Amino acid sequence: MIPELGHFALVLALALGLIQSVAPMIGARKHDAALMRIASSTALMQFVFVALSFLTLIICYVTSDFSVATVFENSHSMMPLVYKVTSVWGNHEGSMLLWVLILSLFGALVAGFGFNLPATLKARVLSVQSWIACAFYLFILITSNPFLRLPQAPFEGRDLNPILQDIGLAIHPPLLYLGYVGFSIAFSFAIAALIEGRIDAAWARWVRPWTLAAWIFLTVGIAMGSYWAYYELGWGGFWFWDPVENASLMPWLAGTALLHSAVVMEKRNALKIWTLLLAILAFSLSLIGTFLVRSGVLTSVHTFANDPARGVFILAILVLFIGGGLTLFAWRAPMLKQGGLFAPISREAALVLNNLFLTTACLTVFVGTLYPLALEAVTGDKISVGAPFFNLTFVPLFIPLLLAMPFGPLMAWKRGDILGAAQRLMAAFGMALVVIILTFAGDRSSVLAPFGIGLSAFIMMGAVVDIVERLGLFRETFSITRQRAAGLPRSAWGTALAHFGVAVTLLGIVCVTAWATERIVALKPSETVSISGYELTFDGTVQRSGPNFSESAAKFTVRNGGVPIGVMEPSKRSFISRATTTTEAALMTRGMSQLYLSLGDTNNDGSISIRLYHKPMVLLIWLGGVVMALGGALSLSDRRLRVGAPRPAAKSAMQPAE
Amino acid sequence: MTRKQRRLILIGASLGVLATAAGLVLGALRDSIVFFNSPTDLAEKHPAPGTRMRIGGLVKPSSLQRGDNLQVRFIVTDGKADVAVHYQGIVPDLFREGQGVIAEGKLEPSGTFAADTVLAKHDERYMPREVVDALKKSGRWQEGEVATPGSKIR
Repeated sequence: MIPELGHFALVLALALGLIQSVAPMIGARKHDAALMRIASSTALMQFVFVALSFLTLIICYVTSDFSVATVFENSHSMMPLVYKVTSVWGNHEGSMLLWVLILSLFGALVAGFGFNLPATLKARVLSVQSWIACAFYLFILITSNPFLRLPQAPFEGRDLNPILQDIGLAIHPPLLYLGYVGFSIAFSFAIAALIEGRIDAAWARWVRPWTLAAWIFLTVGIAMGSYWAYYELGWGGFWFWDPVENASLMPWLAGTALLHSAVVMEKRNALKIWTLLLAILAFSLSLIGTFLVRSGVLTSVHTFANDPARGVFILAILVLFIGGGLTLFAWRAPMLKQGGLFAPISREAALVLNNLFLTTACLTVFVGTLYPLALEAVTGDKISVGAPFFNLTFVPLFIPLLLAMPFGPLMAWKRGDILGAAQRLMAAFGMALVVIILTFAGDRSSVLAPFGIGLSAFIMMGAVVDIVERLGLFRETFSITRQRAAGLPRSAWGTALAHFGVAVTLLGIVCVTAWATERIVALKPSETVSISGYELTFDGTVQRSGPNFSESAAKFTVRNGGVPIGVMEPSKRSFISRATTTTEAALMTRGMSQLYLSLGDTNNDGSISIRLYHKPMVLLIWLGGVVMALGGALSLSDRRLRVGAPRPAAKSAMQPAE
Repeated sequence: MTRKQRRLILIGASLGVLATAAGLVLGALRDSIVFFNSPTDLAEKHPAPGTRMRIGGLVKPSSLQRGDNLQVRFIVTDGKADVAVHYQGIVPDLFREGQGVIAEGKLEPSGTFAADTVLAKHDERYMPREVVDALKKSGRWQEGEVATPGSKIR
């Protein structure tokens, strides 16, 4: 009964979605307020029904109802409760339901908080949002129904893929989807604006908070995913340039570009058409990401649930929305009023430069990800494009972007002064130079690393200089500085913080790439291995059993300069129901650095193979992501951007929604 | 500065960056991609030793030998042809005889494959897609043998 209820709720959501796809659009055309008002109610109700549907699926998993096919395939009655819940989206059907849940959530948020939007724009946005939702409801109902019953209910489920039984997985996909799907709002706004044939600075002001919110979630989601792969896949890499990772990186790059171009549009009413195009592209890349992950066209480290037959359906959705969106753009964009041009040395131009590099870098990722597919389709040759390709293309494009980053916020709108900006960055230059020299003096093993660290220092100091300049610190009296600090918009603090976060991540990447050490050895009990000043002694193995696995853990005592500092216990877990083994790495955090230990096979002579890494400053990589996201959140909390924030003391005077 | 000049600078900068990117991509595609070969492909095409490539197939039953210092030797087969592989290091959890495997490395003049990376499928239900295709080509694949081809391979 419960799964049928969920299925029925989803069908109802589809019915509402179909109404919302058509009625408000007609209403907006005929200026019929009643028809336009439908959109808000249906958007809210769609979310209610999809949430109900999702809830019933959770109930099926929690109660281990193995008569439901997806529960049987992906769950086990012995599994801990948290993994029973997370396995709802650890498979194709459930993850698609999560996708539409978030899609309908964003629709409902626009309906609920968009009361300062013009009525026609709001109706059209919600209508377009509903087109996307309907396509995905149909996809789920036709090809991937999570509520299908088995003719005979088995006694026990087949368990969730053990590698997914991890808390990182519990958080990673929902965050990533919040990011992916969040860009659907920007897309809907862009399509609505194209249909309406009107676009202005206010449009950018409405779109920016949504884009920013999606970007924050995507940033945290990517960082989470990277950390999960780092500790769960057992070989200590933080980024594999794997197709599925690239699928999340591409919308992030396009979304970052969109954030910056929307600023230009909001402040200077320029770059309008480019911003529209980026809004369409960011969501298109999210759709392509979904397609790549869900269709099984790519072999990847992350693809857990896929089926080529479904790929055709998603491909159709892809063609419809990307093709349709771009066609509409090509047709309507020339009719929009052009924005102004600007001087080549100005804040606007700096942001254009940012966009140019970000989109080009995104393009190289796109080529590297899809070229193997195209080549195989054309010549039949199978190739793999890995890290070397991206190191040769993506990295050289990102370095100038990073070098230019501190200059942007220091330039004035309209007409900037590059020499003035450089002068104000002298302190940052000096700092970077000192850092480079000190790093060279300390360690000569790497030539590039000191420059990487210098670049990172330059960006960090650049962010600090930006704030110092704005506050007039060291120039003005303390009280003036304090006044300015109070008056400085939060988005300015957010920018500086996010840019600082980029430098933190960069610092982590440079340190790990240059100075990580690795030992792969076979050890017998009581033997010792040393790495980067640490000695690890193998004490022996212990057998333990968990709820749905048994594990063999190896105990290592870690000493630093002869002083014991702790114990590391990497293990191998065997999951009985799937006859699978996973390797659980042990991590020891020392400041921002980590010792990383994972087990290999037990050899015939009783020794055990281990993989031991010292990863200096590795935590900075993800910490930087968190700092970037915090910067975004700070910026989002800016009064100017807050979605539907009531203007102070003017609530009663505000216009009714429609 | 006139409107035209501003526009020209913008277009020039865009083209410059795009051209740089195109150059980088083309260069990288020439130097850094790795081709996949099945054992049969190797037997037929005789690629030059020293070329970096991936090979894939099944680990031939009872061909696995472990030596000192984490040395591993095994034979990769697609049913028609075999390739001997040697590797030093830790093999993945699901590396087993009779199971699918992908190895990346270089072919030595002796015809042995020196692998520096070994990838195995990551779930007992799945099999690397390249391996499935290679087995299909050599006629050693029965439809329905594995639920879904093409998944997690490391």
